[in-house]
Amino acid sequence: MISKLKNIFGINTSESTSKEILGGIDVVFFKELADQLSSIRYIILFALITLTGVVSFYSAISNIGTLTEDSGTNFILIRLFTTSGTSLPSFTWFLSLLGPLLGLSMGFDAINAEQSNGTLTRLLAQPIYRDDVINGKFFARLFILTLMTFALGGFVAGMGIVLTGVAPEGEEVVRLIIYLLLSVVYMAFWVALSMLFSVIFRQTATSALSTIALWLFFTIFLPIFAGMVADTLFPVTDKADVLTQLYNIKLSQGISRLSPSTLYSEAAVTILSPNVRTLGPVLLEQAYGAVPGSLPLGQSLLLIWPHLTGLIAGTMIIFGITYTLFMRQEIRA
Amino acid sequence: MDTQTIIEIQNLVKQYGSITAVDNLNLSIYKGEIFGLLGPNGAGKTTTILMLMGLCEPTSGSISVAGLNPAREPILVKKIVGYMPDSIGFYGDMTGRENLYYTANLNRIPKEEQGKRIDFLISKVGLKEAADRKVREYSRGMRQRLGVADVLLKDPEVVFLDEPTLGLDPEGTAELLEIIKELGKKEGKTVLISSHLLHQVQAICDRVGIFVKGKLVASGTISELAQKIGGERAVEIKATPLEDFPYDAISAMPGVDSVSVQDDMIIIDGAGEELAPKIVKALVERGMNIYHVKVRGSDLDDIYRRYFQEEGAKNDK
Repeated sequence: MISKLKNIFGINTSESTSKEILGGIDVVFFKELADQLSSIRYIILFALITLTGVVSFYSAISNIGTLTEDSGTNFILIRLFTTSGTSLPSFTWFLSLLGPLLGLSMGFDAINAEQSNGTLTRLLAQPIYRDDVINGKFFARLFILTLMTFALGGFVAGMGIVLTGVAPEGEEVVRLIIYLLLSVVYMAFWVALSMLFSVIFRQTATSALSTIALWLFFTIFLPIFAGMVADTLFPVTDKADVLTQLYNIKLSQGISRLSPSTLYSEAAVTILSPNVRTLGPVLLEQAYGAVPGSLPLGQSLLLIWPHLTGLIAGTMIIFGITYTLFMRQEIRA
Repeated sequence: MDTQTIIEIQNLVKQYGSITAVDNLNLSIYKGEIFGLLGPNGAGKTTTILMLMGLCEPTSGSISVAGLNPAREPILVKKIVGYMPDSIGFYGDMTGRENLYYTANLNRIPKEEQGKRIDFLISKVGLKEAADRKVREYSRGMRQRLGVADVLLKDPEVVFLDEPTLGLDPEGTAELLEIIKELGKKEGKTVLISSHLLHQVQAICDRVGIFVKGKLVASGTISELAQKIGGERAVEIKATPLEDFPYDAISAMPGVDSVSVQDDMIIIDGAGEELAPKIVKALVERGMNIYHVKVRGSDLDDIYRRYFQEEGAKNDK
């Protein structure tokens, strides 16, 4: 339409075509965006996350009485995210459970499905760089995750404001945004991981199962394993001294922090509940005389800084490996 | 004939570990010709094409496609070269038209031209009715035709077709070959077809190259190849009754080396095209019924078999 108008008025439209753009990351990006958003897999998981998120948040609100009794009304809005209702776990719990699944479902067939459909060779025969394919795919997924997380977080927070009638403070908003960003990074980690498997394995079923296995390992088995190792090395008996108990906790925490799920849950709780002052064990004498209150934002951030860097670094390393493997892969099956 | 070289391959080698997929290949392809790359599966045809596209790096040797080095400037090569892989795939949950739009975008075809070009190509390959159906529902032949449209979308100078007729029924094959022939003859595009199906390719190729185990064992026009292996020239005849066959008279004909009987077939070695009518006449005079006459060594099938036997070494004859 516009070009027709331009033709009528004699405006030269060939200007736009003379611009030589090499590569096609934007084309791949938008195609993947459309693919993902219209895929049934994504719609189901998105609906599931939205539903559980909204319901758990709603049930947390109905439990607000006990919440304010225990620890006052400070930061009431963001604390609702980590509060469990009478019969339902908290919003953060659901997101930390279903977020990885969404990430995995988006990435596990990113490359190998194109390989087995025979579209990859055709795609690479077009004048684009090879990394346009993998970058476009990854960033499209990242974009969707960001969009989804912020939409959901904003919706739920808005619901909280309407139902409780409490307007959020500036710091609450900032904390909420940090939490949502953290969630995006966490899910991006799983996208990167599942994309790595989609490059390694030719079969989509294999890559799906291996990513799910790894997810189960990280979220369920690693914490159990950590406890077992710690108990073996530093057995906590009735007669155990303080140091042994301390080592036991430190070791089991250290091992379970190898899991991105642990990192995410710890960081999420810290940023959403300002009264969390430390993530490690606290001795009674350290707690003695401490004035209960909330940490300022900077201090909360300081507490989760290692978690955040760990998650981002992990995501980047895994995507880096994926990228390298994909670039070196022989095209022939 | 215009003999401007568009693809020049020199001493090309590709090794996968200890396996040599392409072994010291030298080949020139001229502008505007249809070149058939023939050989059995696993002969290195696809590998060669991938190297020409810059999709896989040669171990050694040099390639030039329209003056460009595909290993160094793959994007520029891919701009002017269309490639249809042997197992061509499209996104099943998109329509044929949508698949073409994606390719058009990847090739940076201006938005205002896309619709027109795609409509034109869809009707050219005869997919007008099916264009807005999901590719998942397409038959093999329709996919293949969509593949041709997909390759032509970028208006390439050179087209590589890897096993284009694989899995097509005879009718589909004929239609596809007609489209390909038109490309070469009417639009002056250089077409490189790889195939192991000889008869089909024979009909439309200007020149062929025979590829066995990574080596190009022969190349040239079909008649050139026939002359090169002229060694085996024979006429095979099926006629009854066998006992009436005039062995002496035929053996005495000039140029005939030997006469032998294999099953119910009489093979007259050394005889070429020029002798066949005389032999037939002699048999008819004796009142024999002739069911089959064939001059061996003149069609691609024979040429192909000959080269195979030379290379394969262990085949029966």
